[in-house]
Amino acid sequence: MTAEQTQTCDVLIVGGGNAALCAALTARRSGAKVMVVESAPQPFRGGNSRHTRDIRYMHARATEYVTGPYSEEEFWDDLVRVTGSETNERLARLVIRESADLGEWTSANGVRWQPPLRGTLHLTRTNLFMLGGGKAMVNAYYDTARKLGIPVAYETEACELKVRDGEFLSAIVRRGAETREISAKSVVIAAGGFEANVPWLKEYWGEAAENFLIRGTQYNQGRMLKELLEHGAKPVGDPRGCHAVAIDARGPKFDGGIVTRLDCVPFGIVVDRSAKRFYDEGEDFWPKRYAIWGGLVARQPDQIAYCVVDSKTISHFMPSVYPAIEARSVAELASRLGLEPAALVATVEQFNRSVRPGLFDPANLDSCRTQGLDPPKSHWALPIDTPPFYGYPLRPGITFTYLGVTVNERGQVVMQDDRPAKNIFAAGEVMAGNILRRGYLAGFGLTIGFVFGRIAGREAARHALG
Amino acid sequence: MPSAELLKEAERQMTICNACRYCEGYCAVFPAMERRRLFTKGDLLYLANLCFDCRDCYYACQYAPPHEFAVNVPKLFAEMRADTYQDYSWPGIFSGLFKHNRRAAGLLTGAAIAIILLLVLTFQGPAVLFGVHVGEGSFYRVVPYLAMTVPFLIIALYGVAVLLLGSFRFWRDTCGGLADIVDFGALRRATQDAFGLSYLKGGGVGCNYPDAAFSQARRWFHHLVFYGFLLDFASTTIAAFYDHVLGWVAPYPLLSWPVVLGTLGGVGLLTGTSGLLYQKWLSDREPAQRRMLDMDVAFLMLLFLTSATGMLLLALRESPAMGTLLVLHLGMVAGVFLTAPYGKFAHVVYRYAALVRNSIEQART
Repeated sequence: MTAEQTQTCDVLIVGGGNAALCAALTARRSGAKVMVVESAPQPFRGGNSRHTRDIRYMHARATEYVTGPYSEEEFWDDLVRVTGSETNERLARLVIRESADLGEWTSANGVRWQPPLRGTLHLTRTNLFMLGGGKAMVNAYYDTARKLGIPVAYETEACELKVRDGEFLSAIVRRGAETREISAKSVVIAAGGFEANVPWLKEYWGEAAENFLIRGTQYNQGRMLKELLEHGAKPVGDPRGCHAVAIDARGPKFDGGIVTRLDCVPFGIVVDRSAKRFYDEGEDFWPKRYAIWGGLVARQPDQIAYCVVDSKTISHFMPSVYPAIEARSVAELASRLGLEPAALVATVEQFNRSVRPGLFDPANLDSCRTQGLDPPKSHWALPIDTPPFYGYPLRPGITFTYLGVTVNERGQVVMQDDRPAKNIFAAGEVMAGNILRRGYLAGFGLTIGFVFGRIAGREAARHALG
Repeated sequence: MPSAELLKEAERQMTICNACRYCEGYCAVFPAMERRRLFTKGDLLYLANLCFDCRDCYYACQYAPPHEFAVNVPKLFAEMRADTYQDYSWPGIFSGLFKHNRRAAGLLTGAAIAIILLLVLTFQGPAVLFGVHVGEGSFYRVVPYLAMTVPFLIIALYGVAVLLLGSFRFWRDTCGGLADIVDFGALRRATQDAFGLSYLKGGGVGCNYPDAAFSQARRWFHHLVFYGFLLDFASTTIAAFYDHVLGWVAPYPLLSWPVVLGTLGGVGLLTGTSGLLYQKWLSDREPAQRRMLDMDVAFLMLLFLTSATGMLLLALRESPAMGTLLVLHLGMVAGVFLTAPYGKFAHVVYRYAALVRNSIEQART
């Protein structure tokens, strides 16, 4: 590819979300001349950060914005629990410790936080909630970047990295039909995973990937991840791995974000397209289980499932963006959902017969369970018998992919021969797999982006300025 | 009433917002929305009038246009408020005044000035109008006492009656029983919210007004207008007390309460209205609604011109320009009073009703 014109800077930042902007602001404050290339147009800038809500960080005491302390050890224990110890302890502890000044640093860069309110659920002690959500945070970062004189090129996609002997020379970027080359003394890749790249997802999931909905931005194509891997970066994380939740099948293909999520599963039953149940809907509290349901639905025929509840439980979960499909009888609901009425009636009747009497309590692992049913429903099992009946169609919604490049404590990309690339740094989703290879901890992706964004920005500037 | 289409759109947007709830820290609208799962027409009108158009939610919204969900709450609610002011005004034949509010306000005020001028010229003659009058009762030599007070009292009482009627009907449609209003705790909290403009604080960061940058300027300008208006009201009331009870006839000395309060109020109104007009001129049109903007500008212009003529009248009250300025000023005041129930002034009662409802609901949850 030949470039029409060449630009130079000290530190080139590829990407436009939380990690990229943390890197840009840090590198600029270290005295480097910084440029940001963001593939999205301005209204959609920020990658998946624009859909986030809260960020986890270590803190010694309650503040105006968090209700209590969250120590390094507790943070670490939570991480071990969700990842089943599949993490790099050195890097994970680095993230935890360096998150301690997150509140001050982000506030100093214009981000505003909100005191604990109703919608902040169960995370008010461990996580900070952005006033206005992730897009407001992203706006604050960009506003600070503008004040610091950091140029941002929107709708500009980095397509190619020129690398020689593990040293970055320049990047080829494209804006519409125009191509140009940006050479820099160091580069920070903070361009996310490949969750919006359906052909790439198909390499692991086959045709099923066509039926996945992408919860975040359509601009996470993973082109930089692929470039780094092709240049010999050492991969980390399961290439097939992705964080997937069951979301409303009526949602848009991309960028549906938070509003298409459904919290109905523990309050009803979930059936596949032949109206058969396939998993214990009441296995554990929803926040602990919701991230397995994307994968569960992805493995059903046509990647579709249907959640059925009745009027006893409809108001126990957050309202969702699409109204429930409503019917006076289970058979009528089945035909509205496109299921075989007799099959759904049989499933519901069998389920209802298996429900043991118990004390229904959504706040606890209660005693309402089934007996002699396979798969069982372990908690919150109430007979589905009170009309109107409601149904929601479910599809897998991909939040992010786990595959990434290996980095060291300085944020440098580690190559296949285990040597770090001199001037190539990575931050955010593209390297989160070093720390989080499976499972998820709410608000922790942003923590990784924040810490490694700052490390990468600092180290990239140090390298560039000699 | 808001069209079925607009109500459907409002329901659509609120359903999206209620599944997201990221904006709950900015103002009272989103916590009030969270208290509901379904939205009736009354709920939507209530939420619309609880919105102070700070626009923080618009710039923070990941679903704002060009996103396919096209969530634009400030614009939507501005349209519903414009409908509220129109629908709850009385009588129906005057509802046309809302359609092109700036033009309507201009014509009404112009007509008021023309009528007063014509009456003065007919009954007093040019010599009185252009003459120099000093000392006690000088204003009344141009416009006699009864001719000044009686028509204004009638217009003012008419305006108050129309607005009260509208607010009662609004309360009944959005909030339920009239007995609910007799909740002194709620009234006190709503009054604090109104006097402090709590919901222009944007959860502490201010408004995204006139653009995406956070600023407290709009709140301060609004305070200047509101308290300026109250000071002028106090000035007029004290002057009436002096005149009717104490028998002291206007104009009053420069260091008297009516003049000092009136001057402070006038300065507040001039600064506040120019600030707000300037901000409107700069403001992002994407989250704005044309009819509401038109009403805003009409009302602010009227207040500005009323204060400007009032201040000039004070400065030049001993010159031959006094008569003309008095006619102009009285015409402007008539314009403010006449358009009060048929323009942006109406926001005072509907917003207050929404705030009262909000504080009743807050206390319940």
